[in-house]
Amino acid sequence: MTPAPVDWSEHPAAAAMARRHRLRAWEPIPWVAALAFYFLFPKYLGFGTELLITVLFAISLDLVLGYAGIVTLGQAAFFGAGAYTVGMLAKRGIWNEPITGLILAALVAAAVGLGSGLVLLRTQGLTLLMLTLCTMALLEEAANLAHDYTGGFDGLDSLPIAPLLGRFEFNPLYPTTQYLYVLAVLFVCFVFVRTLIYSPFGQSLTGIRENTLRMHAVGAPVRRRLVLCYALSAAIAGVAGGVWAQANAYVNLGTLGLDRAATVLIILVLGGYGRLYGAFVGAVAYMALSHFLSKIYPTAWQLGLGLLLVVIALFARNGILGIAEAAAHRLRTRATP
Amino acid sequence: MIFGADVASMLLGGVAAGMVLFIVSVGLSVTMGLMGFVNLAHGGFAMLGGYAIAQAMKLWGVGFVPALVFGFVITALASAVLERLLYARLYRASELDQVLFTIGLVFMMIASVTLLVGPENQPLRLPALLQGQVNLGFTHYRTYSVVLIVVGIVIVSGLWLVFERTRIGAQIRAAVDNRRMAESLGINIGRLFTLTFAFGSGMAALGGGLGAEFLGLDPQYALKYLVYFLIVVAVGGLGRVTGVFYAALLIGVLDFTLKKYVPQGGTAFIYALTILLLLWRPQGLFGTKTT
Repeated sequence: MTPAPVDWSEHPAAAAMARRHRLRAWEPIPWVAALAFYFLFPKYLGFGTELLITVLFAISLDLVLGYAGIVTLGQAAFFGAGAYTVGMLAKRGIWNEPITGLILAALVAAAVGLGSGLVLLRTQGLTLLMLTLCTMALLEEAANLAHDYTGGFDGLDSLPIAPLLGRFEFNPLYPTTQYLYVLAVLFVCFVFVRTLIYSPFGQSLTGIRENTLRMHAVGAPVRRRLVLCYALSAAIAGVAGGVWAQANAYVNLGTLGLDRAATVLIILVLGGYGRLYGAFVGAVAYMALSHFLSKIYPTAWQLGLGLLLVVIALFARNGILGIAEAAAHRLRTRATP
Repeated sequence: MIFGADVASMLLGGVAAGMVLFIVSVGLSVTMGLMGFVNLAHGGFAMLGGYAIAQAMKLWGVGFVPALVFGFVITALASAVLERLLYARLYRASELDQVLFTIGLVFMMIASVTLLVGPENQPLRLPALLQGQVNLGFTHYRTYSVVLIVVGIVIVSGLWLVFERTRIGAQIRAAVDNRRMAESLGINIGRLFTLTFAFGSGMAALGGGLGAEFLGLDPQYALKYLVYFLIVVAVGGLGRVTGVFYAALLIGVLDFTLKKYVPQGGTAFIYALTILLLLWRPQGLFGTKTT
């Protein structure tokens, strides 16, 4: 007697697995909102561009921190690598076409990520944290030292970036081109990351985050996956840095600093990490708050930010999206008793 | 002969800086070794302690040494309260939560000090006795650096004795080596940790005050030197007093020498060296592999 074959495709778990990557009804909202922003607030497009770049940078961190579970304090190393690639090539007149420039920035950042990831990811815990910090500090020092190429402390300004597609000028005073360009870049990168995390590769990253030992036991090449993820995340951070350099037409040491790395970490955690849309929510919340508060009361802003971080770490580990999910879950369970 | 004096003065300066690094970092090493807690707010305690010392001298006119004692005590008490109320909730939390929590704490420390005292550098006036030069027989050198070296040696010997020869030291060593086993033997890890945490923060305060003369003392101190403290701890190995001591001396002398001869690339060299070292020995130069 052989048991009747079970149709696993009907199983609720299988159905849930098959459904999870599908587009949900609310997913177009951020993109519609970003387009609406373009028409509604033409005076704030500079701020909007900065916001979109921050979202892109936070997404790159989400891939490595939220999905692969690598706690890094040095993500700005790749942002800076991308920014300096674009900046140095443009300033020396070697290459200033924006789109291919971004590809170059991604390649350079990915190379830095691959190289450092290959050695750093042998370690874990405090040592890994220290090494990411040291790598970033080393790059910052190198950029400071190579004064002839990077402009040292002053950075490189008025970069001659060629018009987009040979037609649309980047105007620093009316950043309409920058805004739409950055939005398009963000969209392409977002689709890539979204596809990646729902792929088997992405699922195995989540597995490594949740239980490294078990992933070793089932035969997953853990370190190779982590290094690959680190390099991909570096490439996206490099794109964010490159597009930042193009939109602002300058680069400086700030692109490589601990400040930038800490800020993006705060943004991602504020929104909720490992959630893909946490980067959007966190960046909007943080940038809006900082834009209005930090200029009026810089010290009180830092105090409030510190308090916010402490509260998040103690009580709201999943950020704003986590709170929203918990509230939605409570509503749903109450509605269907 | 000139060359010999040069080397001697460089070594003395570097060793003095290393002593300050040791005094600040030793608490961080022990608390990280004990609980595996990533405490990025340690530099903040050094900064707060330095401010307490500077303010006590300025407002109440107390001497340098009583002010140091005051700074030690007040910072140790404050950190014990923080540890019981907040840190204790996060011992089992993920590294990321600990990092966020302590970064938040540093931000709050920096902002409160800026609000209460001001963003400018706080000058710390040394007593006349410690200023000037002293004749060491083979060379003349700044009295204060020599005093720092003597104080550092006294502290490291005292700590070594406590660590190796007392009951509480044995308990700390046991807990660093294997926390679960130590707990099973009836060692109260929570109380042990509160004690070492408070003591370590007090030492950081002491280092903040003693080092203010050449490290400066402003609100950004908490983040500016954090990487250095972390490097010392990582190189020295977690939870090892002597390891931290040698690492602090090594980094202190290297930094002092490099700053003098290669003012541009010195820091980069230290970062590169740390990376290579940690790749070779992830547990630090003097640490042992923990399970």
